[in-house]
Amino acid sequence: MKVVQNRMENKLAVHTGPATGAGKPARAKNSLVTGKKSKTPFTRVMEAIFFICACVAVLCVCLITFYMVSTGAPAIAEIGLFDFLLGKVWAPTASDPQFGILPMVLSSILATLGAIVIGVPIGILASVFLAEIAPKRVAKVVRAGIEVLAGIPSVIYGLIGMLIIVPAVAKIFNVPLGMNLLSATLVLAVMILPTIISVSETALKSVPRKYKEASLACGATHIQTIFKVMLPAARSGIMTGVVLGIGRAVGETMAVIMVAGNVVNMPKLLGSVRLMTTGIVMEMSYAGAFHKQALFAIGLILFVFIMVLNILLNTVLKKMGEKYE
Amino acid sequence: MKKMLAGILSAVLCLAMFAGCTPSLDDNSSSGSSAGSGSAAGSKLKGEVKTSGSTSMESVVKALAEAFKEAEPDVSVDVQLGGSSAGVSNVIDGISDLGNASRALKDEEKAEGLTENIIAYDGIAMVVNPSNGVENLTKEQLVKIYTGEVTNWKDVGGADKQIVVVGREAGSGTRDGFEEALGIKEKTKHASEQNETGLVKNLVATNDSAIGYISLGYADDSVKMLQVEGVTPTEETVKDKSYPIQRPFVMVSKGALNTQAQAFLDFILSDAGQKIVVQKGFVSVK
Repeated sequence: MKVVQNRMENKLAVHTGPATGAGKPARAKNSLVTGKKSKTPFTRVMEAIFFICACVAVLCVCLITFYMVSTGAPAIAEIGLFDFLLGKVWAPTASDPQFGILPMVLSSILATLGAIVIGVPIGILASVFLAEIAPKRVAKVVRAGIEVLAGIPSVIYGLIGMLIIVPAVAKIFNVPLGMNLLSATLVLAVMILPTIISVSETALKSVPRKYKEASLACGATHIQTIFKVMLPAARSGIMTGVVLGIGRAVGETMAVIMVAGNVVNMPKLLGSVRLMTTGIVMEMSYAGAFHKQALFAIGLILFVFIMVLNILLNTVLKKMGEKYE
Repeated sequence: MKKMLAGILSAVLCLAMFAGCTPSLDDNSSSGSSAGSGSAAGSKLKGEVKTSGSTSMESVVKALAEAFKEAEPDVSVDVQLGGSSAGVSNVIDGISDLGNASRALKDEEKAEGLTENIIAYDGIAMVVNPSNGVENLTKEQLVKIYTGEVTNWKDVGGADKQIVVVGREAGSGTRDGFEEALGIKEKTKHASEQNETGLVKNLVATNDSAIGYISLGYADDSVKMLQVEGVTPTEETVKDKSYPIQRPFVMVSKGALNTQAQAFLDFILSDAGQKIVVQKGFVSVK
């Protein structure tokens, strides 16, 4: 590749360079490929704009990190990290206020885990259907449906959950109120589907055709090929979809607040629970000074939680990818 | 130009009021004010009104402060939180002009020479699903329901159904008032907590075994209001104190208020101010 590129540069230099220095790349002043030494003011301005745009995202991450730490850390320092993370009582307005978020942390983890357990198999099998099995027309319709699902605002999910899932859960399990961990998990499972399906489908489609052909040529059936060759080959991409799905499940607030019941309890499948995200939103409007700081501190924990999750899953992902190659 | 005109008009109105007319002359209630102070009429008030205290009163006091600012743009009203008791002690110490207390003054506080200006009442209605057969609960029954001692409607005269106890989030003024009226602070056991009056109403309207509480001003036909101790919650029963789940919103002052603080208090007690009180779901003192 490099050689080819060099040659091309040379050629271009020959065509556009000054007549005296023809043929010598070192003197080429207007190389079109590398852009070196040929920057017009317009190019410079555009490059600066590109650079600034690229910086916006990074800057945002830095600002958010800085802000979360500076607003959340003081409360954690005052409560004590241990008491904050492992305390079981959340009573911010009591005369002897207590700020323990363990029930919320556990509820968040369990709801996410449940959503993954339900959503990932459905999502992956659906993506297999779309990428491998479905006739083109059917796939088109299904894909359109999934795109619509992805575009639905989370408050609508919450509303549907409130109107359908909550009463259904109450009826099926014979409990007086269907707002509980199970309902929250079910809503989250549906919400992460579109992400998992579309990313997994792309991953399956990008598996080299020769893998599939080779497998089929060896006498494997289509189903065997899908499970033994296609899915493992697309593993890294599928994992990315799962990670994105986890991110959405952990961070979802609006839909959860409408179906989870929102009482700070240790998580029980059919018990009312409050997740970390909803914990922040629930009490923000009337919180006093320190109470508000404690809510920011929950935000910080959530932030760290997602960061760690991302880093962890990314490293695992990379290792898995390397192993396969 | 219009603003100036409105300003001049309201100044004239103030003058008229100062001469002894009723504030009801003022049709354009949001821009007119009742700055019935001793300052020379026609000159605008300036300065700051420092208030502090109850979080429950935050929303209504801030709304009142905003409306007051329209009438007196040069007066800024500062609303600090910290709880009723902090508000009262700030007035005693001279830190605040007005202390917001969402309860009646205690005797030892009154002994400090404080004036209790009631600006509104907070009546809290108990609501259940319209299909619920229960019409009346005693305070004791409510205490038992909200502390988890009674868990079935049949124990309080209803059908054999588990009670779904709905409450508000910690920090909510309605929750504060409710728990204070029943003396069950920090003892409540909820099946669900909601952070909006509308969500409480919606849950109760859609769940036939739920009970919840909302500010009186927000009750409507989607839910059934319960009698408490045989008294139907209405503005009248709240005002004459026969309905038990209620509390006064008090602005405490000590001695003579400064001009701008007195103007703010007068504004709150005017028709325009009381209209805002009602808008925020509370019961007017008039």
